[in-house]
Amino acid sequence: MLEVQNLSMRFGGLLAVDQVTLDVQEHEIVSIIGPNGAGKTTVFNCISGFYKPTGGKILFEGGEIQGKPDHKISRLGMVRTFQHVRLFGQMTVVENLLVAQHRHLNTNLLAGLIKTPDYREREQKSLDRAAYWLERVGLMELANREAGNLAYGQQRRLEIARCMVTEPKLLMLDEPAAGLNPAETKDLNQLIISLKEDYNVSVLLIEHDMSLVMDISDRITVINQGRPLAAGTPDEVRNNDDVIKAYLGEA
Amino acid sequence: MQDLLYFFQQLINGLTIGSAYALIAIGYTMVYGIIGMINFAHGEVYMIGAYTALIAITGLTAFGIAWLPLVLIVALICAVIVSSSMGWAVERVAYRPVRGRHRLIPLISAIGMSIFLQNYVHLAQGSRNIGFPALMDGGFQFGSADSFQMSLSYMQITIFITTLICMTLLSLFISRSRIGRACRAVSQDLRMANLLGIDTNRIISATFVIGASLAAVAGLLLGMYYGSVDPLFGFIAGLKAFTAAVLGGIGSIPGAMLGGLILGVAESMTSGYLSGEYKDVVSFSLLILILLFKPTGLLGKPEVEKI
Repeated sequence: MLEVQNLSMRFGGLLAVDQVTLDVQEHEIVSIIGPNGAGKTTVFNCISGFYKPTGGKILFEGGEIQGKPDHKISRLGMVRTFQHVRLFGQMTVVENLLVAQHRHLNTNLLAGLIKTPDYREREQKSLDRAAYWLERVGLMELANREAGNLAYGQQRRLEIARCMVTEPKLLMLDEPAAGLNPAETKDLNQLIISLKEDYNVSVLLIEHDMSLVMDISDRITVINQGRPLAAGTPDEVRNNDDVIKAYLGEA
Repeated sequence: MQDLLYFFQQLINGLTIGSAYALIAIGYTMVYGIIGMINFAHGEVYMIGAYTALIAITGLTAFGIAWLPLVLIVALICAVIVSSSMGWAVERVAYRPVRGRHRLIPLISAIGMSIFLQNYVHLAQGSRNIGFPALMDGGFQFGSADSFQMSLSYMQITIFITTLICMTLLSLFISRSRIGRACRAVSQDLRMANLLGIDTNRIISATFVIGASLAAVAGLLLGMYYGSVDPLFGFIAGLKAFTAAVLGGIGSIPGAMLGGLILGVAESMTSGYLSGEYKDVVSFSLLILILLFKPTGLLGKPEVEKI
């Protein structure tokens, strides 16, 4: 569903991403790994429309999306998180989930003012969906708390719930396990697998936690200094000499 | 007793003018909250609201319609429609094309917009001030006739009540409605809201329109209260409302309400106990003090650097 072909991104004299090619099929979890500063997040930023790539093509479900504005790309069914939590911290937990469904609601102001039956029904649906995902990520009791006051791990889960209420086809997670303790990472592991199995969402993942990556990925792409280094199944990548060198340095 | 009445008189005057400042200040604070910039054409939007209301009132009177509630409501509706279209246009012309550029650029284009609107009204309506017909006379008097009498005019009561209604509606709108929810999300993280598929352009337009509508209400009320308008009507009021917004904490709606009231009371106390000439000195000194000692304003939250 997502195809990235020869993607390049140049900032002045710095070639941050050089000819990266990767793809994500339906019902698949693909991870991007690589040392710090390898250009993983830059790849994400190009795909999600945050940056306009200087070279290459990005196709989503067959259509070219490189250089399109980010809200148009997100409306195609692609949603992402960032390395740091970006919740609406001063809004309640449930409001965070409702506002993410903004575009699913009737956009007619008049319908909202006089609360037509159709509007009520949509509003009810988005509340139901929010409640479902709160239950799913175990935050139901905290629904009316301010999102900024949640514990870090809870904020991370809320972010994923907020992505899921938009009913994406592709979920892009940038280091979702960063800062989580081992138990939380294990929960996250199961959650991501369940997103794929039970909700038919494809996942593109950037992660440093190797046990998580090796556990859940169907395929892995390794990037080093902006260039693709290796790609394949977790086993292939684990035994690739170049990868071992890049991570451990030359012996 | 007399002293007390005198004090209350100043308080009433201050709260009256302060609540009108608060209405205008909300426009500044909402726009700042969403795009992080000051709408320098906001005072002009307010001035145009006052002119529109005056034209509507004159027109209705010419047709022999004099039933006060009807006149006021028609004038209010006209003012709100014209001002909010103006607010929408300001965003489209002066802000949207230059959004994302250096901060000085929208600032300059907004000041240009403000000069344009001021001069447009100069041309269209003349530069002399035009009197508002006295529609609402009288009020309540307290105290004995031979010493100081405190008065609470119907006009002042109207200003209080209208402001109260507007503030309540606005608070409900922001906290309960779908668009209000989106407004809050956009003001906290515009980029993320965009990524979640919220049409942030529409939300930004909506904030300009809401701010302009409230300014139009203030334009009608203060126009009637002062009894006349001129093309510079918006300049000083805009400056005061901006001060009120900063005083309360720019970006915070309750802050703008509080800031407006404090500023209004401070001004009228100065006029009452010191001298009318010092009231601007006091209000801008307040601004300087707050910028020195609490730059985020009374209810503003310290800005956390977004990475």
